[in-house]
Amino acid sequence: MLLNRRHFLRAASGFGALALGDLLATESTPFSPKPPHFPATARSVIFLFMPGGPSQIDLFDHKPELRKWHGRPLPISVTKDLKLAFIKPNANAVASPRTFTRHGQSGAEISGLLPYTARLADDLCIVRGLHTDAFNHDPGELLLMTGSMQPGRPSMGAWVSYGLGSESRNLPGFVVLSSGSGPSAGSNDWSNGFLPSAFQGTPLRGTGDPILYLSNPDGFKPEMQRARLDAIRRLNEKRRRETGDVEIDARIASYELAFRMQMAAPELLDLSSEPKHLLDQYGVHREPTHQYGLHCLLARRMVERGVRFIMVSHGSWDDHNDIDKNLEKNCRVTDQPAAALIADLKQRGLLDSTLVIWGGEFGRTPMTQQQRSDIGYGRDHHPNCYSMWMAGGGIRAGETVGKTDELGLEAVEDRIHVHDLQATILHTLGFDHTRLTYLNSGRNFRLTDVAGQPVGKLLKKGLA
Amino acid sequence: MSIRPGIVVLLLASAVHAADHWSLVPVRRPQPPKANATGLPEVDRFIRARLEKEGIASSPEAPRAVLLRRLSLDLIGLPPTPAELASFLEDQQPDAWQRQVNRLLASPHYGEKWGRHWLDLARYADSDGFRSDRFRPHAWRYRQWLIDALNRDLPFDQFTLEQIAGDLLPNATRDQRIATGFHRNTLTNREGGIDPEQFRVEQVIDRTNTVGTVWLGLTVGCAQCHDHKYDPISQRDYYRLFAFFNDADEDHMDAPMPGELGPHLQARPAYDAKRREILEAHGVPRLQAEWEVGMIEAAVHPGKRLDWDHAFDDLRTDCEDGEKILRTPAATRTRRQARILTDYFLGNYARVISKERKAELKFDTVARQLRELDATLPPVSEAPVLRALDRKTHLLIRGDFKQLGEAVEPGTPAALPPLDAAGGRATRLDLARWLVSRENPLTARVAVNRIWQEYFGRGLARTSENFGNQGERPTHPELLDWLAAEFMESGWSLKHVHRLVVSSATYRQSSHSRADLAGRDPENKLFARQTRLRLTAEAIRDSALAASGLLSPEIGGPSVRPPQPGGEKNWKESTGRERYRRGMYIQLNRTAPYPLMVNFDAPNGYGALCRRGRSNTPLQALNLLNDPAFVEAARTLAWRTETEGYRDFGPRLDRMFELCLARLAAPDERDWLQSYWKTQPPAMAWTGLASVLLNLDEFITRE
Repeated sequence: MLLNRRHFLRAASGFGALALGDLLATESTPFSPKPPHFPATARSVIFLFMPGGPSQIDLFDHKPELRKWHGRPLPISVTKDLKLAFIKPNANAVASPRTFTRHGQSGAEISGLLPYTARLADDLCIVRGLHTDAFNHDPGELLLMTGSMQPGRPSMGAWVSYGLGSESRNLPGFVVLSSGSGPSAGSNDWSNGFLPSAFQGTPLRGTGDPILYLSNPDGFKPEMQRARLDAIRRLNEKRRRETGDVEIDARIASYELAFRMQMAAPELLDLSSEPKHLLDQYGVHREPTHQYGLHCLLARRMVERGVRFIMVSHGSWDDHNDIDKNLEKNCRVTDQPAAALIADLKQRGLLDSTLVIWGGEFGRTPMTQQQRSDIGYGRDHHPNCYSMWMAGGGIRAGETVGKTDELGLEAVEDRIHVHDLQATILHTLGFDHTRLTYLNSGRNFRLTDVAGQPVGKLLKKGLA
Repeated sequence: MSIRPGIVVLLLASAVHAADHWSLVPVRRPQPPKANATGLPEVDRFIRARLEKEGIASSPEAPRAVLLRRLSLDLIGLPPTPAELASFLEDQQPDAWQRQVNRLLASPHYGEKWGRHWLDLARYADSDGFRSDRFRPHAWRYRQWLIDALNRDLPFDQFTLEQIAGDLLPNATRDQRIATGFHRNTLTNREGGIDPEQFRVEQVIDRTNTVGTVWLGLTVGCAQCHDHKYDPISQRDYYRLFAFFNDADEDHMDAPMPGELGPHLQARPAYDAKRREILEAHGVPRLQAEWEVGMIEAAVHPGKRLDWDHAFDDLRTDCEDGEKILRTPAATRTRRQARILTDYFLGNYARVISKERKAELKFDTVARQLRELDATLPPVSEAPVLRALDRKTHLLIRGDFKQLGEAVEPGTPAALPPLDAAGGRATRLDLARWLVSRENPLTARVAVNRIWQEYFGRGLARTSENFGNQGERPTHPELLDWLAAEFMESGWSLKHVHRLVVSSATYRQSSHSRADLAGRDPENKLFARQTRLRLTAEAIRDSALAASGLLSPEIGGPSVRPPQPGGEKNWKESTGRERYRRGMYIQLNRTAPYPLMVNFDAPNGYGALCRRGRSNTPLQALNLLNDPAFVEAARTLAWRTETEGYRDFGPRLDRMFELCLARLAAPDERDWLQSYWKTQPPAMAWTGLASVLLNLDEFITRE
């Protein structure tokens, strides 16, 4: 960053002070676009984050064999080593009551709970062999988003904005949208960790200012805000001349970007240019899809405006109890908007350069949480195997990768650890995950910690 | 991870030469070099000698007003008042500067400013971290100890003993035990279903790594899973260090502040009687006994009744010391323990009482009545502390708490001077004494380097968190050693080191960039000038409050919650003067810190932080431009200058400049600002102008 700024200053030294300031305002922020290690297939990422742990057994990983064991414990030989949060290995198995059917050319097997997603089967890559190390929410979310189970590391979105900068002149590079009860690790999921704070995820807020402190203070009309900024700028420029400190140029640029954000954010949120049929497709202005539909639509609008990484979280999917009812509810909220997003991106020719990922921090057990008469059954956390789907951004379409055993206890083919998933995501963006590093506390840190391999099978072009 | 054979050879070679590594050789006291100018303080002689060798001139002294603002922000974290500034500018005595240094070092705000730096290292926060992020109502008691310790210049060796092992000092005082709260700033995971042993081990690891970073400047944590790749710390060394902290458990104590105890003790008999009455009236003792039988059964024979297993799991994670108290016979429980368990039982009785009986007994009202009763008892502050015990420690294979390797005894890394345990098994107190022994090559160097870093924006060794092989070598090793020797020989006086640095000409130089240095020393490694440093989040808030006159200057006490937009949980807004306390007292909820702190790089307390970032972002601009707290400061600054009697534009503007920037407006600045002011609606013009000043780069920068 600093280098960029210095280079630029040297290059621009022939301009007058005002022209210099103008140019700086557009060129010298920490978000200035930077090239990755090799050509990318994805330019931006939308992570449809489903915290809590959606049940893969009821959504993407059909296990008919479980019917034989329904209502009884699974053989202790296969369950004795499981890491379980709440239940004991001798808990009763529960077969999924859901109907699975094959969809599209690819014949992907998808649950009846996701009819809209199922229609797009040929655009998706269903990943069934994921596994993680954590069997509790906080560590699980953190491992997925930051590569470490302890809080304090930079989130994937922060790494990506640090590595690539942002294409947007007017919006932050990493934006977070959240509905439902929100992820359990909270802001740690979009933290900049030890990276400069410019790279933290900026939450778009549901009430009040969409970005914190975006509105002018009471009584400050827009022209007054501009006048205030001009006065600040004039004095800052003088200080710059007196001290010779280039950091003041960056300060001036930050104020200009802040001002442009004030203009751009309302424009981003103004949906008047979106046709009604599209709003209907996303389920905007209708329940239960309104909020999530709006967030998916905003994610697309942000991609169009150059935002690098957008996290669209909805949850929780932590169905220890009443999974039948809760899962149906979450699917009704998210299925249609997520599918609309894929279709919309595709129709606009943006899907090829936008990587979309749908998933949570772990899956759920084939066994039930304790059976009680007064509440319905549920499933416990399951780190050993679970499913996600990915689409666009250079990911193979119409594929199902990975296989679990017939009881849904372990991934047996194409096992993909969350660090591998991260390495793959970085690969689509043009990064060798071992080389996207940051020196902190005496060592070079990276998103994938000390592990991870990009998974060629997920990539259209494979691993070159 | 696989390591190629060639690298192994290199690693072995570096380990062999470990003894020669600059930071591991004993601290000697170098002679300050002779510099051309005579009568210079020692610090300057080291700096000048190097500059002279390079043929670089040092920078002229900054103007006096700049100097006082710099000194004041650096020593107490607040700008000078116009009166302080005027008195310094008029003071023509040769020792004028020294008297300012003495004044500020004696200010009780010194302990706040430098306490905040130490809190970064101590990974202080007011909440647990993780999902529940439960509020820690007593965490501040450690902060209170810290501010007081720094203000009375508690020697750093004693400062170390008390924080690392205050509980083990002979006849430990209450304050010495409170100091062990340093170790209680670890995260706590209360998520259901966790393995309590796993998170206990995580906490011990955190304590080990924190002490390694803060005192030794070594990344010992790298040896948690395997021998350190770059530094002479084996995995066995790591777990020997770990064993010191494994020999301890969390504890809790009454830590009354002056004046609290009398009224409390006086009110207690009546309170106790009333509490007993309420509990008995609702049959609580009998029902609780019944519940405890079930819980003990679940603890001893898990897997028999799932409901009780869950109830017991909940107790272990949700209730402070819950399991320990449950296992303590009722008759031998302390008052506090009995209260905790009963309060917990009242909130978690569902397992033993049917809905009908619950309604009949009016159980819901019991908790309410007790809460009301509690409010009548004058409170006594409490403190989270550490207490010693013996626990067998094993090396953990690949750092996995379930894979126990060889047994190890507490001990220090083999490559460092030996630890002398007076007899038998070494304790945390032995470790602390070893850290501050004259032979330890690291502690003093690491500490003075961090002090230098805060004054110049970079340490003499830039990587202040890593004095190992992967860290950068110091630019001025002799000066670093001289300061370390001075530090130890002064009786470990921190104020002495501060005085040495701020009395130097090097410190008083202008911070302006110099064209001649741009190519030769762009990073200012040679300190041929001072450096402009963006203020910390706390100092930005404090400066705005101070300039406007809103600042509430009380020292210490529990954390406060000034208003913030959006309904954050655990955020009952403070009222009155509490809203205007200094930034360091703002409650830090790890998962939802106060926005200003996030925007301006304050840490969340997830691990020891040796140097903060100084980022520069548009969210910072929005924060200073539009945050109602800063608008309030601007409005109050405008109001203040009016009520002080400044009517005409020029004098009133100058007054604002003095309050914000410790200088007067230059003529061109006055012209620009006047033309801005004229275009604004009269009711808003002065507030707008004040806000312009609070947003200047100069305002948020220590020049």
